Amino acid sequence: MSRFVLNRLFSAVPTLFIAIAIAFFMMRVAPGGPFDSDRQLAPAIEANLRKAYHLDEPLYMQFGRYLVGLAQGDFGPSFKYQDFTVGQLIMKGLPISLSLALGSVLIATTAGILIGMIAAFRQNSRIDHVAMAGAMAGIAIPNFVMAPLLTLLLGVHLGWLPVGGWGKPEQVILPLFALALPKIAYVARLTRASTIEVLRSNFIRTARSKGLPNRLILARHALKASLMPVVSYLGPATASAIVSAVVIESIFGIPGIGRYFVLGALNRDYTLVMGMVVLYAALILLFNLLVDLLYGLLDPKVRFE
Amino acid sequence: MVKFRSLALALGLSTALVSGFAQAQMTLRVANMGEPDTLDPQNMSGTWENRIAGDLFLGLTTEAADGTVIPGTAESWSISADGTVYTFKLRADATWSDGTPVTAEDFVFAYRRIMDPKRAAKYASLLYPIKGTEEVNSGKETDFTKIGAKAIDAKTLEITLKEPTPYFLELLTHYTSFPLPKHVVEKAGNDWVKPGTMVTNGAYMLSAYTPNDKVELVKNPKFYDAKNVKIEKVIFTGNEDRTEMEKRFRAGEMDLVTDINPARIDTLTRELPNELKIAPYLGLYYYTFNSANGPTKDPKVRKALSMVVDRDIITQKVSKAGEIPAFGIVPPGISNYGQALKTDWADKPKAERVAMAKKLMEEAGYGPGKPLKLELSYNTSEGHKNIAIAVQSMWKQELGVEAELVNRDVKVHYNTLRDGNFQVGRAGWIADYNDPQNFLYLLETRTGSNNYGKFSNADYDKLMLEAGTTVDLKKRAEIMAKAERIGIDQDALMPIYFYVSKNLVSQKLKGFVSNTKDIHRSRWMEIVAN
Repeated sequence: MSRFVLNRLFSAVPTLFIAIAIAFFMMRVAPGGPFDSDRQLAPAIEANLRKAYHLDEPLYMQFGRYLVGLAQGDFGPSFKYQDFTVGQLIMKGLPISLSLALGSVLIATTAGILIGMIAAFRQNSRIDHVAMAGAMAGIAIPNFVMAPLLTLLLGVHLGWLPVGGWGKPEQVILPLFALALPKIAYVARLTRASTIEVLRSNFIRTARSKGLPNRLILARHALKASLMPVVSYLGPATASAIVSAVVIESIFGIPGIGRYFVLGALNRDYTLVMGMVVLYAALILLFNLLVDLLYGLLDPKVRFE
Repeated sequence: MVKFRSLALALGLSTALVSGFAQAQMTLRVANMGEPDTLDPQNMSGTWENRIAGDLFLGLTTEAADGTVIPGTAESWSISADGTVYTFKLRADATWSDGTPVTAEDFVFAYRRIMDPKRAAKYASLLYPIKGTEEVNSGKETDFTKIGAKAIDAKTLEITLKEPTPYFLELLTHYTSFPLPKHVVEKAGNDWVKPGTMVTNGAYMLSAYTPNDKVELVKNPKFYDAKNVKIEKVIFTGNEDRTEMEKRFRAGEMDLVTDINPARIDTLTRELPNELKIAPYLGLYYYTFNSANGPTKDPKVRKALSMVVDRDIITQKVSKAGEIPAFGIVPPGISNYGQALKTDWADKPKAERVAMAKKLMEEAGYGPGKPLKLELSYNTSEGHKNIAIAVQSMWKQELGVEAELVNRDVKVHYNTLRDGNFQVGRAGWIADYNDPQNFLYLLETRTGSNNYGKFSNADYDKLMLEAGTTVDLKKRAEIMAKAERIGIDQDALMPIYFYVSKNLVSQKLKGFVSNTKDIHRSRWMEIVAN
């Protein structure tokens, strides 16, 4: 298994390199630069700036400079946030985004699996219909509608929870819930569908014919098998929850890294965007690897070769 | 059980104490509408950064609650007869927050540092009126002592200007001119802005700085006027989402919101009439005409296009925040100027204006058989789009002009303007300092890229040069008015409206005075429980 992990890590290097190269050159092709604004700079001042950030060098040299820095763990200085390096920005924001993402995935899997299982066992009952209609709504209503509605209701009108900010425990509840909601819905639907399928399969029928009670069938046989699609969803879901919390982070004013993807691109903050691309690519590769390992634990048919 | 109860009691007591203490500390929470690029005043360029810098540092002069210029770190000054040499006497009790005295050397150090080409300060050009600065900043001169700032003694500073600059005292309120703690910057380098290292001479000190979240300041006990500073803590939140900030204001989580979502103007006027403060602001919203190329090279076309745009409809039905319809370049209420100028057709009835415009278009060779086609470029924003649509339909209806709307994100938009790849483009200008020169320079040939439309007129340039060397304020105002008249008559740009500031001010926040610069230093305000 360790050989499998090592192999996967090695094969990640060329993937990362390609992602970096594409992002680097695409950013430079995009019109507009980091120093364009409504206050146009005096030519001498712009020349000073370009020199300070090595933008006066040929592109291949800039790319080489970036790769050399990256190999040493240096993401370079941010063009926009001058008091911080990209590394510092990520280090400050990542723990926040990570805890938010993991928290929401945890809530989503617990609640989603529970709801999905209940719905599957009571297929076509009233509970099933209510749960699945709720799930459909949860998937269909986007975050940027749900989050403001929640803040308006629970924050402004009822005054129960703070509308925004970060640092106090009560400030975590609304964003976490808003982020988890569509995921709960998605996991619930996935679980329901796969559980229904598993319940119809031969090994469950065998278990039933042995006279096993329902809850043992569920706990010992059905649960593991029906979680496979949920597990494969978890990897990309966690990675994307970290960077796609853009909307949530901006609505609740959370100092995570999700907003850097958008802000970095809008500001033509070349180094910040690059740092985010590297981070995101690495996270996806990492979480996919974890998911593959989880697969092996859950499904005896999977072997690491 | 007894134990448990006493523990609960202790916990309850301490929470009560903590919250009681939190209430006792007077805190101002500001929705700042922008993340600072940096806390180094020499590398700033935004109004949201100015709010922070002006609480941390105190220039030679500063702004009173109503925005007027008052003595800051300098307690008095004298000006030479030709208006080019200023001698400032610094306050004896002016000290940095670590107790070190503020000296003239700190100013000299700051002005040399900001002009260093390696520093790449975006706004260094604001201080170009100081002798020798432009040469050093552009690298033509490498001797930094050629910059016209000299420490006569520890508390006397002499500044020599290139030419008399009547707005110089006003300019010294700007963050580019703030002193820096030489003893700290030299030791800590670029890290001098970090909390714990930064030393300031203003009413506040930096206590926390989290990117993408907030900047927190606490009162500076060493500030010379500390006894009159009431607010003990200021928290600036950088989030730009205006609707969310309004919500946090309504939920009582913000005391001052520095801008609102224009789409919310009607609701806010109705629901928060006492909190919403709208006031004239030194800023011009305009469309720039490409004067170098294309159909708008013809002044007749420019005039016709400008004449049929109904500013009243735009300000009353589209932007709706009480903006002032603009027919001139310099906003009303500016210092060092007389009456605001207007186009000669501004007060003519609409039918007459349209008839005149039609005639001009015919003379320029356009008519029903050969309609003028052009592109109207703007940077992506709901507000800009609505105005562009209104202008497009006014042109179409009155003159049959077929304008195509092109929107681009803000960086690309201004890049396009600079490269001259446009015909009509949206632009705006907010004053850096309270003087008409700051608006009129936009049309000078030598201005370069901020003169987006590449307007060039020899008489205009000559008048502006003359104004720059005129000491007598009244005479100078007359010369600049002549230049503005040329700009207006030539329709170098199409003024649409003069900006207004839009603040949401909590009823508990006292000492907030609306002013044309929209500058409100925390030291003048206080929070009063209702």
